[in-house]
Amino acid sequence: MIDTNAIPAYTPPPEGHVSHSRLERVLRSGRFAITAELNPPDSADPADVYEAAQPLAEVVDAINATDASGANCHMSSIGISALLTRAGYSPVYQISCRDRNRIAIQGDVLGAAAMGVSNVLCLTGDGVGVGDQPGAKPVFDFDSLSLLRTIRTMRDDKLFLSGRKISNPPQLFLGAAENPCIEPYDWRPERLAKKVAAGAEFIQTNYIYDIPLFEKFMARVRDLGLDKKVFILPGVGPLASARAARWMRSNVPGIHIPDAVIHRMESAEKPSAEGKKICIELIQQIREIAGVSGVHVMAYRKEHQVSEIIQESGVLGARVK
Amino acid sequence: MYRVRLFSIRHSRSFEWIYHRVEQALVALDPVLSRIGYQRVERPVALVEKVVKSVLFDCKMCGQCVLSSTGMSCPMNCPKQLRNGPCGGVRSGAYCEVKPEMKCVWSLAWDGASRMKNGAQIAEVLPPVERNLEGSSSWLRVSREKAAQLREAHEARRTTIAKAFPGARKVEPSTAPLVEEPEAAHLDPTIDRPAGAKGGQG
Repeated sequence: MIDTNAIPAYTPPPEGHVSHSRLERVLRSGRFAITAELNPPDSADPADVYEAAQPLAEVVDAINATDASGANCHMSSIGISALLTRAGYSPVYQISCRDRNRIAIQGDVLGAAAMGVSNVLCLTGDGVGVGDQPGAKPVFDFDSLSLLRTIRTMRDDKLFLSGRKISNPPQLFLGAAENPCIEPYDWRPERLAKKVAAGAEFIQTNYIYDIPLFEKFMARVRDLGLDKKVFILPGVGPLASARAARWMRSNVPGIHIPDAVIHRMESAEKPSAEGKKICIELIQQIREIAGVSGVHVMAYRKEHQVSEIIQESGVLGARVK
Repeated sequence: MYRVRLFSIRHSRSFEWIYHRVEQALVALDPVLSRIGYQRVERPVALVEKVVKSVLFDCKMCGQCVLSSTGMSCPMNCPKQLRNGPCGGVRSGAYCEVKPEMKCVWSLAWDGASRMKNGAQIAEVLPPVERNLEGSSSWLRVSREKAAQLREAHEARRTTIAKAFPGARKVEPSTAPLVEEPEAAHLDPTIDRPAGAKGGQG
């Protein structure tokens, strides 16, 4: 997981690659990639970032730095990404369209790339209403697709959207999100196709708890030939308890948890252990689905548990840590 | 007017046909409009457009209408004003994440598009809204852009937006303009200005 140079000099990416990203190398070589989410601290102490990153760094190909997810204020994704590159870790810099306009975002993309960031994840962002500061002004100048196309234009055509030239373009592996298990189900694969057309090279999905629904989505994705054009990393995460699962389902936007999963949590003697077991099973099932290139593990402030889940699921295989 | 909007989306195919006719008429009128001056007709046309489209589509006069590519469901009614599809927060029953009493604008858009002749246009990636065009007439911009296309002016001066979103340019020319806004020519960001002469206080 550790890259040799913390912030490498500006050099062209390897042949057939768009960036120096470890995640891109792993995916293009056909290996099963693993990414995980780092929960941003409510603190200005870099040690808090490194403490959360360390258990993940040993088992993943890239660490996602969330951008005020759920519209809650934490340390910024660009700050976390910069700290991670300094330590030789490989971050996925998440960009939400909710909080910044096109001037800020295009500038931050250059700044992040200069700090050694080589993966970005373009997101729409949750509405401000669900967050801790619901009176904030929602920006949404870009949406995730126009953002993807803009960064691709910056990278490949060396131009800002205004037409001004960029002398040394940002070398970034472009990612986007998808949420296969929520409505409108029929149009989700079409929307994925649109994201690929906009420039997405990898996809990290929201939480998947409903395997049959996800398999249906993937069947359509394969029909459209999208699995050959984009690397798909389904998202998974451990549930803490049945109560927490119910709360997430009704309060966090875009989360679908089938009743069967909640019942299983309810009848378990040790809900936390059961949540972990369910997550490991999900990873093993997802891995068998054609067109899947890796897995993305998310758990709120439980980085050690994420590391255990990844190791116990067997996805690391013979890979040298 | 939510119910009228739903009606318009249900009849997306008819509105697509009407829109096409209106557009053809305006493109045919290009020589006349050019002679009168687009600036002079801008305000009255924008007023008519605002009234008609507010009733039918809850139009917000973004000035860069994309109804033909969104199943006649106006994306400016999406609380996140997304231009390219639904977000990941859609509630069960296809209701909006932010306004739970409203159907997801983009779920309706895809339904509307599935009934339209050129519904496949919804797959085209559209650029962000140019906020400085808010309130202006989209109809005039479309007809002027299409007329310009017809005059084979497209090799003359391509903007980066037109190049970066070529498909959008094809299906919704007003979103990725090829011709410069006549009144905005002095704001052209592609022209390098001397360091001391940057616009505004920024």
